[in-house]
This record gives sequence, structure tokens and C-alpha cells, in this order.
Amino acid sequence: MEDIDAIAVLQDPVRRRLYEYVAAQGREVGRNEAAEAAGVARTLAAHHLDKLAEAGLLETGSRRLTGRSGPGAGRPAKVYTRARAERSVSLPARDYRTAAELLAEAAEQAGLDAGLCAAARRRGEALRGSAAPCGSLDEAMEMLAARGYEPCLEGAECDRGAEGAEGVEVAAGATAPVVRMRNCPFHAVAERFPPLVCGMNLALLEGLLGAGGPVRARMDARPGECCVVVEASKNNTY
Amino acid sequence: MSPSAHAAHLAQLNVATLRHPLDDPRTAPFVGMLDSVNAAADAAPGFVWRLVAEGADDATGLRLAGEDVIVNLSVWQTQEALWDFTYRSGHLEVMRRRREWFERHVEAHMVLWWVPAGHRPTVGESLERLADLQAHGPSPRAFTFASSFTAAEAAAAVQGSAV
Repeated sequence: MEDIDAIAVLQDPVRRRLYEYVAAQGREVGRNEAAEAAGVARTLAAHHLDKLAEAGLLETGSRRLTGRSGPGAGRPAKVYTRARAERSVSLPARDYRTAAELLAEAAEQAGLDAGLCAAARRRGEALRGSAAPCGSLDEAMEMLAARGYEPCLEGAECDRGAEGAEGVEVAAGATAPVVRMRNCPFHAVAERFPPLVCGMNLALLEGLLGAGGPVRARMDARPGECCVVVEASKNNTY
Repeated sequence: MSPSAHAAHLAQLNVATLRHPLDDPRTAPFVGMLDSVNAAADAAPGFVWRLVAEGADDATGLRLAGEDVIVNLSVWQTQEALWDFTYRSGHLEVMRRRREWFERHVEAHMVLWWVPAGHRPTVGESLERLADLQAHGPSPRAFTFASSFTAAEAAAAVQGSAV
């Protein structure tokens, strides 16, 4: 299915609600849960979820949602996650990705990390659009969500189980809230030139949050997520 | 997949030319991160082995590729495991700040190649792989993340050249 056809599948408002709900969870979602979230009957939700899977926008699997296994655990249920493949449509046709890859390749070869980070920091500051630094983690999450990072508070809805729990503990204490981001808006170039593009991303976010405020960005890379986390600044009294 | 390809591990060599000596204050942030990053490597999924100088915790004291050149030599179960550690762990922060501490290399400074499981590559053979990559470009004998070969392709290339 071509990108434009896959995207057109989302025109139906119920499908779009289901897609957005599944995408926002960052984990496998069953039919009952999705139906409840979208406010529709289970059979209707199942129909639309399968249309989304046919279009390649969702991926399917089967899990025993009860957590039990063996005889008596019941039939495995069908579950859905957002597909990782990127879809985009541009009219008229544009190809910014090739431009980004070529510029990144040239910047990498020429060692232009510092210049790129300076430009990214300036852009972040301009995007913030206010002289004052970002005032709280809630405000930071709003800004990050608007830029497609899919932020979530670690320990809350961001909890990915044992896989995500093995990160380096922050010296300030394990209970301090940390905003992680499920989506890397620069994924394709970040995969090809990680130190360059992830450094650019950190500088952009530092500019966006502003220096000397109550929140700060820090690099804390993990597989499958954005390489940056946002947390309360050290030495702050908020 | 042949049995020999199945039992292959991925070896990695990286050389880095220090801009300032290790005991210079300008290099201190790098030195300060060594222990935690090495500990993260040792605990990383798919980690097999890394070169350590005798009586030390790391290989920064070994200067087999040049007086200012530190070497980083390790073995991993898969390319994905090595990639995840290199770019999706605390190691990324070292990579991000690499220009502060290391000279920019014009030639390739990192090489990957397959070794039989259990083999511990020497710095000598690793530098030969790097020279191979620099002289001939990526091949099943010596390659990079961006131009990689599978263990099966490497085994087939060895068999082909032996006939």
C-alpha cells in the first residue's frame, strides 16, 4: 500500500481515535481497551483495528492479557502496536530526507558538530518564543509533545517493564521524575549519524527549555527511544 | 547458515588520537566517564570481551598504534548488540563530545570483522583489519556499521579465496 493510501485510512474518525490511542500507549493494546478508549463497541473497534493493521499502520500480535499461562489461561487475545515504518506524503513532491542525509554526511566528515549544535541551540531558543526558560516538567512535556517527541513521565505511563528499568540511576535519587521520549523526530538521520544528530537534538532541546531554569535536558540514550531525557535541574528549589 | 557462521562473533577496533594527554585537565571529563562506560559495556546485552591492559581497568595505557593513539578493542555477539551499546547507552555521551578530546580522523578509524566465537583478537591483527579497510574499502574482511557484512558472507568470502 502506498503512503497516501495508508494515510487515507485514517480519515475515518473512529479509526483515527483508535490509531492515536494505540500509538500513545507505547505498548501492546487489546481490543477491549482500545474500544473503551475510543468509546465504541468492541466489534466495531476490532473491525477498524484490523483495517489499520491491513494498511500497515498497526502491527498485530497475540498475548494472554491475564498474565497467566498454561491450561486454563484462556485463549490468547489479539493485541496491537503502532508500526515502526514511516509514512509521509508531500504535495508537491519534496525530498528533505535526502537533503538531510547529505548535509549530515558532509557535516560528519568535516567535523562540524560544534557549529551544528550552536545552530540547533539558537533554533530551540527561537522556537520557545519567550525570554523565560521553561517553567516546569508539565510545560516541557507540552512543548515536546507539540514537536512530536511523544514525552511521558517515567514510572507512570512510560513504564516499559524490566527492559526499561536497567538504566543508569540518577544520583539525585531514583524517585525524581524524568520525562522520557518515545519518538525521535530525526530518526532516519539519527540512526545513520548518531553522535552528530543526537548532539544536535540535545542542543535543540537545551535551547527549547532555556538555560538556568527549573528543568534541563540531559543525554541518556536507550534502545528504541529518543536519546535525551528532561528532568528537574540540580540545585533547584521548586 | 553454516555452523562456522553460526559460531561467529563480531570484533570491533576503534583508534582515537588524543588532542591532549590523558592527565590534561581538558581530557578529564573523558577520563571521568571511562569507568562507568566500561562497566556499562561489561553489563551490556551481547557483550563478550574487551581488551584491558595488564593490571588496569581499561586499555587507555596501551599505545600500540601511536604515542597519542588510544585503542578500543572488543568482541560482541551480534552487530545489533554492539550498535545498541555504542549509540544507545551512556557511551553516546562520550561519542557526542568526541571532538573535544580527539583529533578528527581523515581515514577510517573504526573497523568491524567477524571472528570465531572464543577468539580474542590481538591489537596487531586488529590494526591489520583497519589497514585493510583503509586500503581497500569495506569488504567481508573489514567493514563498518554503514557497510556491513553478515558472518555467513564473511565465511563464504574466506572459502572462496581459499579455493
